[in-house]
Amino acid sequence: MAGTDAAEQPPRAAVTIVNRDDLQRSRWTVGFRLILAIPLLLWFVVWTIAAVLLAPVLWIATLVQGRPPAGLRDFYAAYVRFSVHLYAYMSLAANPYPGFLGAASSYPVDVVLPEQPAEQGRWGIAFRLLLALPPLLLAEALAGGGGGGGGAAGSDDWSVAANGPGVLTTVAVLAWFAILARGRMPSGFEALQTYALGYAAQAYAYLFLLTDRYPDSHPTAAAPQRALAPHPIALTLSDDPRRNRLTVAFRLLLALPHIVWITLWAIVAAIVAIVTWFAALITGRPPAALHAFLARFVRYSVHLGAFIYVAGGPFPGFLGEPGYPVDVEIGPPAEQSRWVTAFRLILAIPALVVGSAIGGAALLAAVGAWFAALFTGRVPLGVRALIAYSLRYSAQTSGYLLLLTERYPYSAPGPVDREPAPEPAPEPPTPEAPLTGPGVA
Amino acid sequence: MLAALTAAGIVAAAHLWQTTVPGDLRLPHLQASREFPARDLHRAESFEAFVRVTFLLSQAALVAVLAVYARRGTAFMRESAAGPIGTGFLLGMLGLALVWLARLPFGLVDLWWARRHDVVHVGYVEWFVDDFFGLGGKFLYLCLALLIVMGLARLVRQAWWIPAAAAFVGLLTLFTFTGPYLVPDLHAPKARELRAEAARLARREGVAGVPLRIEDVHDWTDQPNAYAFGLGPSRRVVLWDTIARFPRREVRVVMAHEYGHIAHHHIAKGIGWFGLVVLPAALLVAIATRRRGGLGEPAAVPLALFVVVILQLATGPLQAAATRRYEAEADWSALRTARDPVAMRALFRHFTARALADPDPPGWFHVLFDDHPTGLQRIAMADAFARAQR
Repeated sequence: MAGTDAAEQPPRAAVTIVNRDDLQRSRWTVGFRLILAIPLLLWFVVWTIAAVLLAPVLWIATLVQGRPPAGLRDFYAAYVRFSVHLYAYMSLAANPYPGFLGAASSYPVDVVLPEQPAEQGRWGIAFRLLLALPPLLLAEALAGGGGGGGGAAGSDDWSVAANGPGVLTTVAVLAWFAILARGRMPSGFEALQTYALGYAAQAYAYLFLLTDRYPDSHPTAAAPQRALAPHPIALTLSDDPRRNRLTVAFRLLLALPHIVWITLWAIVAAIVAIVTWFAALITGRPPAALHAFLARFVRYSVHLGAFIYVAGGPFPGFLGEPGYPVDVEIGPPAEQSRWVTAFRLILAIPALVVGSAIGGAALLAAVGAWFAALFTGRVPLGVRALIAYSLRYSAQTSGYLLLLTERYPYSAPGPVDREPAPEPAPEPPTPEAPLTGPGVA
Repeated sequence: MLAALTAAGIVAAAHLWQTTVPGDLRLPHLQASREFPARDLHRAESFEAFVRVTFLLSQAALVAVLAVYARRGTAFMRESAAGPIGTGFLLGMLGLALVWLARLPFGLVDLWWARRHDVVHVGYVEWFVDDFFGLGGKFLYLCLALLIVMGLARLVRQAWWIPAAAAFVGLLTLFTFTGPYLVPDLHAPKARELRAEAARLARREGVAGVPLRIEDVHDWTDQPNAYAFGLGPSRRVVLWDTIARFPRREVRVVMAHEYGHIAHHHIAKGIGWFGLVVLPAALLVAIATRRRGGLGEPAAVPLALFVVVILQLATGPLQAAATRRYEAEADWSALRTARDPVAMRALFRHFTARALADPDPPGWFHVLFDDHPTGLQRIAMADAFARAQR
């Protein structure tokens, strides 16, 4: 399928992340995790100061030689690795206490950096700080509070722009409660944190000249690809990444009629959701007609989100009909637990919090996608995948809130749950049917 | 039926054309060079000469872009996953976006020129952002219009133009009525004397109770302006704070002029003119788009945009002439109410100096595009009134 995500899987990044974590956690160390991390943080500050001071030396030496000197390269590689170990520990993505030296393969969540320093383009080296700015902003939004190597050279100004709680921190707070209750890290959270750490590692490895490969935000670029758990609300992606520059330039304004329309629709959907809630509470399943109406609303919001965020190319329809290049398939109404239905609004709060953090990163990615599409006429696949993932999570959260399903949103990244169902093949003409067309009399 | 509609239209136009300005009023022939200081006159003439050129170029760009878009615009249909009406929205909005892009350089040059003459203070970035987001408002209006015409064209096919014209007149009436409630930052004048004077003038014009409001614009312009808007209970007279600082007698004339508009129902008559124009215009659009399957099909939208703009340009002189007559009537009404032709004279001299309004523009431009009498004509009317009073 030309132009689809399946056909254009991005190459694996030069910097990848390995996760050998078994999800088991010690409640004691989790309970006091931040206090336990204080010595590591102090050491990290010292290391960061050294990294900042040495950064000009690294830059000039790399500019002269075309590759980073081996000694400096090892220093910065260890620094990035240690940052990932530290952030994995603090964000509960891993359990054991990390070492202080950032040694390779010494921690369950680890970074794999290029073995040998390769020759890099001089222009890329000269403007590295400028070129690294967009991925560093995205790394801030994903890995929050600094990510891998957050306190690194000159990052203070940039972090201001994207300094929300970040996906990593948001998930860590929620995971803390989950682990204290269950003694185990939720797998979706862990996969999301691995993704965030992987992207931040890519961004900082790029900044510190450990690689000249531009960071790729595709969920499968740096982290191992895992099959997503089946979910009644699944994203399909059949988008051609080419974009018309005119529709990109005026995208926000072109979306205005849709924004007015979805505002009106949302008011009606809220009323319908309340009616559905009472019906599901009484009968144990949402009425089919109301389910279909709300499913259309969720599908439409995905189409519109994809269009505004440049993850989808064409102008979407107003009725939420299936067939948009970035779409969701929504399962039919099913039995739902009355308890889960009764407390749906409260239960949805963690998903809403996670969705908001992912949405922040997706918004930043959308700005990047807008500029990229305006100048190159294509949306970068990695950026599109991140936005698509955000839309999928958002659709699952909306679906959960609007009682389309009782399955909780699954936070593990992954751009495509499944390919869109193939179009039914046209039936062969019956012998009686008249044949027309060129060459047919 | 068409003949009956045409006859009714002519009768209605003749009725709307009438004003209370005496038919036998003879305006004295004045020389701009004698009425205005040479420096003011020269500045105003050179300022407006440049603006006229950029205006005409901008109009040419509008027509050229839409002519090309009418032929090629359908290529953008592949950028839509929406149904026919949604695709029509997209094509309509992209047409306006292209027009905006084509006219952007002229807007920037105009802004540079106005800044150079200290007429506006707004910065380039602020102007660009305002203009860009203003385009969003136009997109919404266009989509509403397309929803009406395309929806009706799909529903009633060939005869869509009749209900569509009625719907547009209804919408214009609604927006005219609600407009005053939607404009932010209008406030009552702080000066008690000004409020009392406004109330007095309104009473004399027979529109007591229509309030006076002040709009603060001094942050972005020095241009003086005032206007009346609204229908029924929403009617308002608004003075820009830049004009409220004019000498008291001149402000009184301005207020009397605006109350004159309200007293003579010019806003309602404007809706009447719109109704007279929109019906045949919709018919012509319907005829022009037939070859593309009618306006129910999105492929007809780029062509429809072009036809609408051509019709606007073609009917512009008629609409400008009608508006000029109403402005003259409001001037006459102000003279009768304020009885101060000296202040009116001073006011329009002031306009030339402050707003750089050319008091005697080229005749062809005045006939085709100006919707107000020239400054010289308005001074002449003040003189004619003064002479009649003697």
